[in-house]
Amino acid sequence: MSKPTIIVVGNGMVGYKFCERLVSKSSGFQIIVFGEESRRAYDRVHLSEYFNGKSADDLSMSSETWYADNGIQLYLDDPIQEINRSEKTIHSLKGLTLKYDYLVLATGSSAFVPDIPGIEKDGVFVYRTIDDLELIKAYAAQAKSGVVMGGGLLGLEAAKALIDLGIAETHVVEFAPRLMPRQIDSAGSAMLQSKLKQLGLNIHLNKSTSEIAGDHKIESLKFNDDTSLVVDMLVISAGIRPRDELAKLAGLHTGTRGGIVVNEKMQTSDESIFAIGECALYDGMIYGLVAPGYEMAEIVATYLIGGDKHFHGYDMSTKLKLIGVDVASFGDAFITEPDCRTIIFEDTHKGIYKRINISNDGKYLLGGILVGEAEAYNILLQTVNNRIILPPNPEDLILGSRGTEASEGAGVMSLPDDALICSCEAVSKVAICSAVNDGATSIDGIKKCTKAGTGCGGCVPLVKDLIAGTLKANGQYVKNVICEHFDYSRQELYDLVKINKVKNYDLVLDHFGKGDGCEVCKPAVASILSSLWNDVIVKQDTIQDSNDRYLANIQKGGTYSVVPRIPGGEITPDKLIVIGQVAKKYGLYTKITGGQRIDMFGAHLNDLPAIWEELIDAGFESGHAYGKALRTVKSCVGSTWCRFGLHDSVSFAIEVEDRYKGIRAPHKIKGGVSGCIRECAEAQSKDFGIIATEKGWNLYVCGNGGSKPQHAQLLATDIDKETCVKYLDRFLMFYIKTADPLTRTATWLNKMEGGMSYLKNVIVNDSLGINDQLEEEMQGLIDTYHCEWKEVVENPDLRKRFAHFVNAPEEKDPAVKFEPMRDQVKAKW
Amino acid sequence: METTVDIEWVLACHTDDVPVNGGACMKHGDEQIAIYNFSRRNEWYATQNLCPHKQQMVLSRGMIGSTGEDCTPKVACPFHKKTFSLLSGECLSGDEFQIKTYPVKVVDNKVYVGIA
Repeated sequence: MSKPTIIVVGNGMVGYKFCERLVSKSSGFQIIVFGEESRRAYDRVHLSEYFNGKSADDLSMSSETWYADNGIQLYLDDPIQEINRSEKTIHSLKGLTLKYDYLVLATGSSAFVPDIPGIEKDGVFVYRTIDDLELIKAYAAQAKSGVVMGGGLLGLEAAKALIDLGIAETHVVEFAPRLMPRQIDSAGSAMLQSKLKQLGLNIHLNKSTSEIAGDHKIESLKFNDDTSLVVDMLVISAGIRPRDELAKLAGLHTGTRGGIVVNEKMQTSDESIFAIGECALYDGMIYGLVAPGYEMAEIVATYLIGGDKHFHGYDMSTKLKLIGVDVASFGDAFITEPDCRTIIFEDTHKGIYKRINISNDGKYLLGGILVGEAEAYNILLQTVNNRIILPPNPEDLILGSRGTEASEGAGVMSLPDDALICSCEAVSKVAICSAVNDGATSIDGIKKCTKAGTGCGGCVPLVKDLIAGTLKANGQYVKNVICEHFDYSRQELYDLVKINKVKNYDLVLDHFGKGDGCEVCKPAVASILSSLWNDVIVKQDTIQDSNDRYLANIQKGGTYSVVPRIPGGEITPDKLIVIGQVAKKYGLYTKITGGQRIDMFGAHLNDLPAIWEELIDAGFESGHAYGKALRTVKSCVGSTWCRFGLHDSVSFAIEVEDRYKGIRAPHKIKGGVSGCIRECAEAQSKDFGIIATEKGWNLYVCGNGGSKPQHAQLLATDIDKETCVKYLDRFLMFYIKTADPLTRTATWLNKMEGGMSYLKNVIVNDSLGINDQLEEEMQGLIDTYHCEWKEVVENPDLRKRFAHFVNAPEEKDPAVKFEPMRDQVKAKW
Repeated sequence: METTVDIEWVLACHTDDVPVNGGACMKHGDEQIAIYNFSRRNEWYATQNLCPHKQQMVLSRGMIGSTGEDCTPKVACPFHKKTFSLLSGECLSGDEFQIKTYPVKVVDNKVYVGIA
């Protein structure tokens, strides 16, 4: 049985792409192609490059032998004249009559030539084919001035061609009140216009041409407003018209304003005949870009081999360089308030106009326009297409981050794997990254093996970024292990311990490590075990750092300091008296700490249980000053006493401190709550800071004092208390689970890919889908809270550990000595 | 020439007085000796209790562990994490410190430290 015959009418970019797609999918077809031009299909998108040195061969889509190599019969310079649908035959100009099983119309479009008197004169051209270009080139040799009719995309391309040809004086006339009316808004158009003027292009808007005047050849254009323009040549670029004459003749349905009507499978009203590219009219629309044309080619090729793909319109986003000026429009470029919010940046000095349209809730980018600088185009388009959640300050997308720290949120590596990078060839991010991993590390290599960037070329910068990003990720990949005993990062070990429900250090070491452990991995694992199971830490005292082992802070001379919890810095006179009495009794030096509590220094190891017994009796709890855990939540006095206070910051601070007390983390955690914007609690220097606003609370995270101070960053605005606590639960748990050992929240955030916008996405928008889990795990820790000192005080075996001499438990360390200072004592050693 | 030195075995404590994989401090006259119950390896070690780095009586409160291919047993001072070999007393953190080590024997759950 012979192969089904497919005849392709038209050998343009889309017609060629159809052949390429079909032969790549199946060899079960006899393919015959007819082209009207004498050249094999060439790249029409980059046509103007013909004038800066590229030859017709350079622009060709395929090698000379490609059709023959793939068993395709190619008839050039031989347009089809007639389709006989009942016989299923076509008839060509040169007299060939061939039978088809399927017919694919890829006839493209022609330049629209308005019916103006004098249009037939010499020196009037259209800008469509290489032949047109050659005619223009020949005529331009003796032309001093030229005009392009049409200020759209193609018109400006044509104007560039004239400039490249050395025409001294180039004009553009446009009927509409602005340039590129289909792509950009009037403000963007004004910016483009002034920019193009600077570059020597003369632009005339609102001009309706009434006559092309001259004797045989063009000498001037006359306009309806009685003005005229003296020129030597005219290039018409007033739009395109689908080439549907053949289809019309064959009785196929066509649109009233042209175009062959197709369904979502690109089938015309005759099911054996398809139409693709600029001649096809889908849902009332002609798609005059190459990418949707390729998509249509793919759909028909898929259909022919028995697959099922549908066309559902196409993103008409576009970016081009017009006479050296970048212009881009993407997504929904024209949507206006109240359907969206608009951010506009205009710099008339540099000739830059940028507009982005964001959803009313501020979450998504809907579309936008870029004139004068369009570097961000690809990433913005990806942000629209992948519905990536916007950073808190969406203006950063067009202005760049203006703080000292660069926002990495919009980085190309943070795109999802299935993000479509090359829309012409439908190549995803993951395909490009894996090609890089397989050794294709140059743009040419990527083009060869994925075809990405071979269509319109618009994605090439993005592909380059992906190559660089992937290489960087590979080259800089350094495995972050805890120490010589564990070949895992803290986060990996955390997950292993959790999944395997391992509850003590030796088992963790047996299962996942080697050797006997050390002073690095022991406290790290202790912290993990605590964060997971919240057991009494003194049960495994010898894997704790000394402070955690003795539940106190070791100080100079080997004594310890004692810090009871004073939540929010609020304390009753009675409790103050108890602290005074205890300090006096055990000879302790007392000082108010930076975290609004009282530290007692100089306690002998032996005295610690007795000291704590008295404190606990008075209602105190451990302050965890010794632990990698929540320290204090500092508060200002708030609305209960302060005449400026908006809300009760003290009550909130106490509530939060009580909620998170005792929870072990990779490092210490400090918080603050301020009752108004005066920020007396210095909350923005804390791991989390809460500041009252008129409408609720602002939540800041990842601040840090210390040697490298860092301000906390805003996570959420004007939220109520419940939301604030919910976000804090998620934030703290996410930190506990993912940070490296001894990494404060600020450093953790600094190292986080995507930075604050990523963190915000996780915590506020649940981008990882883990928030329910985080909240549940945090609740588990809160529910299992216990005062460690209470456990020790009540347990004689544990108390025994607090002796200095194992063979003389009552004796204190004789090496400890004190000397007086300002009515108190200090360590002498 | 070799000489023999008489070792006095001094009773320090019971085995369960020293936490597993941890240390305790023994008083011997004016001397403070750190004893380590390396139960993971079923070994006992003893060193001086004084960390020579900042002259703190704290080594018995340090974390023990091992390092390197041959799993040299070590203790880390809780103050600044200087580590010392429990075998040789040599400082493993790159400083020119040396601590004294003592032999240990366990008989009938009693821990004896050998003092020369």
